[in-house]
Amino acid sequence: MKYLVLIYGNPASRSAWAGMSDEQKAAGLRAYVEFNDDLDGSGERIVSERLAAPELTKQVIVRDDEVSTTDGPFAEIKEQLAGFYLLECDSEERALEIAARIPEAPYATIEVRPVMGLTGDVDFDLADL
Amino acid sequence: MIEGLLRELAPQVLTALVRRYGGFDTCEDAVQEALLAAAVQWPRDGVPDNPKGWLITTASRRRIELWRSDSARQRREEAVAALAPPDPDPAPAVDDTLTLLLLCCHPALTRPSQVALTLRAVGGLTTAEIARAFLVPEPTIGQRISRAKQKVKGTSFSLPPADERPARVAAVLQVLYLVFTEGHTASAGPAVDRVELTAEAIRLTRQLHAELPDEGEVTGLLALMLLTGARRAARLGENGTMVPLADQDRSRWDADAIAEGTALITRALATAPVGPYQLQAAIAAVHDEAASAEDTDWPQILLLYDLLRQVAPGPMVTLNRLVALAMVEGPAIALAELDAAEPPDHYRVDVVRAHLLELAGDREAAREYYAAAARRTLSLPERRHLEARSLPDMPGKP
Repeated sequence: MKYLVLIYGNPASRSAWAGMSDEQKAAGLRAYVEFNDDLDGSGERIVSERLAAPELTKQVIVRDDEVSTTDGPFAEIKEQLAGFYLLECDSEERALEIAARIPEAPYATIEVRPVMGLTGDVDFDLADL
Repeated sequence: MIEGLLRELAPQVLTALVRRYGGFDTCEDAVQEALLAAAVQWPRDGVPDNPKGWLITTASRRRIELWRSDSARQRREEAVAALAPPDPDPAPAVDDTLTLLLLCCHPALTRPSQVALTLRAVGGLTTAEIARAFLVPEPTIGQRISRAKQKVKGTSFSLPPADERPARVAAVLQVLYLVFTEGHTASAGPAVDRVELTAEAIRLTRQLHAELPDEGEVTGLLALMLLTGARRAARLGENGTMVPLADQDRSRWDADAIAEGTALITRALATAPVGPYQLQAAIAAVHDEAASAEDTDWPQILLLYDLLRQVAPGPMVTLNRLVALAMVEGPAIALAELDAAEPPDHYRVDVVRAHLLELAGDREAAREYYAAAARRTLSLPERRHLEARSLPDMPGKP
């Protein structure tokens, strides 16, 4: 089962990070390296990325074959997507467990979304109805 | 076909190596590399006279190379054993495939790890093939397999004690059924490079059945796979859409598979203690025997679900049974039982409710529940199917 784990930063988490000493920041990044190594060891991390600052966002809008691109600082939005993990794990329970271990979790908001797949249930085939 | 031959020989070569040298972990890597070498060389140079001997010799050499790259300590320990190549065609032990399957489905491993290891070590698939079949990245499967092998490293390559065997065999059956379902219910469309998982599951279950011919549940699972797999061609419509049982073109069902499955399940039910796979196979057989949907012996199916509910109760059995109940006693009674059961908030409950409402003639309400279910399924083919059912009446809809 694939799960997308979305990490949202908020003003408090951003100022917590900004207020950290270099050592604290280095420790935070080390925690991520260890966390990722652990997930790679179990083969559960498909990909993960940290996103650049929200003010670098561009919005692409296509209407009536017209493409327009605008800068999207969206400063008024408090919760900003800061990074994500795409996981492959045994169960939703496991995905939630991993999400809770994300080093930023105590400050950020974490969302876990199941990814659509192609397989139905072992004991319940809709075509049998 | 070379690919088929390699898959057939893979577990034999692996057990030959493990029996000779021990060290499942390294032997498995060596066999995988020998298989890859054969897949390149045989189509070009021709299949050797003794393909199994070729594989064993190549894997043994590869094993020594792998071992040479290992630590010096291990080198000293293994020096003697490694130098003697095994008998190129040792007589296989009778229980080799079983021993290998039980090891791959070791209880210390998670289900996905058991599946991956089984397909590679017993099925002879490459990591890349397994990854493509399950639509996950190759490193994910690679890690899963190497971690799994680390975990079972110390396990001796022999059959577990008799008192543990039923539970261990049950785990193997679950893994094989999972592989089958992955292939059967996924309608990914024409993916040419995807291994046929249903055929692979049937092949492995056949091997297990050959070693345990009197195990009713092994026979039951093989029969279940044959009897449900037989409908596969009719199960999918032209655009990969799902065709419900009642609408399937039964002339497209695989008569040979149905005959074989029916014979297997008939014998198992007469000779072995009954179990959930046998009951599910019996239900599939009743469907397959019906010349048309109207001819289906629903009272018989309901009876089998009643038995299944006693042997292996569970939410899916409850739901499937209600569908049969509706056909025997009418949808109103089934709907009343569904409400009385206080079912959990799950999209499959919505699916069954929608189906029962449809049977009762309340299409309006049925469409709502189909739409609700469509939103919450995690399977794309299911969503397409449920969305279609949630639309206002179209030609071809029951």
